[in-house]
Amino acid sequence: MELIWDGIREAARLWWAGDAEIIEITLRTLAISSAATAIALLIGIPLGAVLALRRFWGRGLIVAAVNTGMGMPPVVVGLIVALILWRTGPLGDLNLIYTPTAMVVAQLLLSLPLVVGFSLASIQSVNPRLIGQMWAMGANRLQVLWLLIRETRLGLLAAVMAGFGAAISEVGASMQVGGNLAGETRVLTTATVLETGRGNFEVAIALSLVLVVLAFLVNLVLTGVQQRRFVS
Amino acid sequence: MNSPSDTHLQVRDLIIQRGGVNVLKIDALDLPRGLVTVIIGPNGSGKSTLLAALQLVLHPSRGTLTLDGQPMDADPVKTRRRMSAAFQEPLLLSMSVQANVELPLRLRGVDRQARRESAEHWLERFGITELARRHARQLSGGEAQRVSLARAFASQPEVLLLDEPFAGVDAPTREGLIEDFAEIVSEARPTTVLVTHDRDEALRLGDYAVLLIGGRVRQTAAPADIFERPADRAVAEFVGMENVWEGRRSESGVYRAGGVRLASTARSIALGAPALLCVRPERITLTHTTDSAGNEFRAVVRAIRPRGPVVRAELTSSRLELTADVPVTVWHDLGLTIGDEAIARIAPADLHVIEVSD
Repeated sequence: MELIWDGIREAARLWWAGDAEIIEITLRTLAISSAATAIALLIGIPLGAVLALRRFWGRGLIVAAVNTGMGMPPVVVGLIVALILWRTGPLGDLNLIYTPTAMVVAQLLLSLPLVVGFSLASIQSVNPRLIGQMWAMGANRLQVLWLLIRETRLGLLAAVMAGFGAAISEVGASMQVGGNLAGETRVLTTATVLETGRGNFEVAIALSLVLVVLAFLVNLVLTGVQQRRFVS
Repeated sequence: MNSPSDTHLQVRDLIIQRGGVNVLKIDALDLPRGLVTVIIGPNGSGKSTLLAALQLVLHPSRGTLTLDGQPMDADPVKTRRRMSAAFQEPLLLSMSVQANVELPLRLRGVDRQARRESAEHWLERFGITELARRHARQLSGGEAQRVSLARAFASQPEVLLLDEPFAGVDAPTREGLIEDFAEIVSEARPTTVLVTHDRDEALRLGDYAVLLIGGRVRQTAAPADIFERPADRAVAEFVGMENVWEGRRSESGVYRAGGVRLASTARSIALGAPALLCVRPERITLTHTTDSAGNEFRAVVRAIRPRGPVVRAELTSSRLELTADVPVTVWHDLGLTIGDEAIARIAPADLHVIEVSD
């Protein structure tokens, strides 16, 4: 019990002192996970919309793949990305292994199925006659997509939260493709694993609390947006 | 009414299939500019399919649709921006009433000020100015349908496509809404295509009517003409012509059906030629006293069915079976019960004659 209290006290001290390393790791974590989530949204929402609105050969296969991807173990994704980016791998020449970019790619692959799946479900729940009305009002393709995003914003914000949550909380893939290099690819999750292994529980607790508070704040903002009544 | 010079929308050789079956097959249909064309027909007759084709949301297997002589599908978005639509469901988006009404203009890139002015104008015309800031989800069914119609008018469309927009609204609200709509549409005069299954709506709002049965056009005429003078038996049955008797012309303007002699002022057919003789049930008068004018014959009451403001009586005369709708007050004065005899009277002008081949 004392171990835990000591850990929490030390964590508070590190926060209060504005520990440079923790701040740096936190900002890197935010940058990598936000980039992965943003790209996942840019690809995932239109893809979800296409899967929800169009019937084409192979659609069922893609939806099944998306559903599988939603529960894909991060270490498997990490292994796949590592094999592709490994120096002797197909994209080895790009020299991306053990870089933040490789971590963005891995986190993107983890959050993309969630964004596609949530978008597909929310857009599919829109009354098809309402979509007909959008066309009848003279909307072009982009405008219909814009109106659909607007109309399903509650569900899509759930997609954002799920995508960001998956990205920021995973550790296996980041470790495999980032290498947990100090000052380069160390993020909150990988740093927590490292410090726990070293027995530096106070640092591990401090890092974990930052992670939890960060996830909470991001979700608090998104929930606020989601639940806000639209008036204008 | 339907001369080529004032045709706005034109349908030619249109075939729409579903599961390999023709659900709509129209050889030629011209919709007049600035008038209200009502599309009527039984369920599954292709009314909504025709409207969906005009909205370019259904792709025909064959045929052309033209607007002012230009193919409508050449640039679907451009064509749709000359039209607007409202349906049985209001289909409002999750935004304020004002934003909903402004939306078609926003999609057309109209500036904020002009959008606001137009929305305010149409909200005022439909008597719902006070709802402008309300969220669309907070409206009653009647209010939502008014917003939907205001939105349809906001872009000042050349063509207005309406699919039973008054059907989902309760009766008293509906009455007021139809009244306001009739006034607004007669001022704005868009070319209007209104799908309806309601006879009163068709008669009140329609300048011109198209009757579809089984995906084909069976009759085009003024709405009253279709209801009073159906072109064939199927149309007669659909428009509620409960009395359709097989007969023959026996002399000039006189026909015989089921042993009864009936005079008609309808266009005469060849002597001895077979015909279907049709009378609407509300056009048959039951009485106890004879009158020299019109067709009169004795009939025995077989069944009595109260139907709101009227009593539907089924009677037999000779070999003729007839159905009459009698206002409740008149029925009480007659004091008829099953098995009683009454005199049925039909004015020659109310007896419609359909020529049929042997």
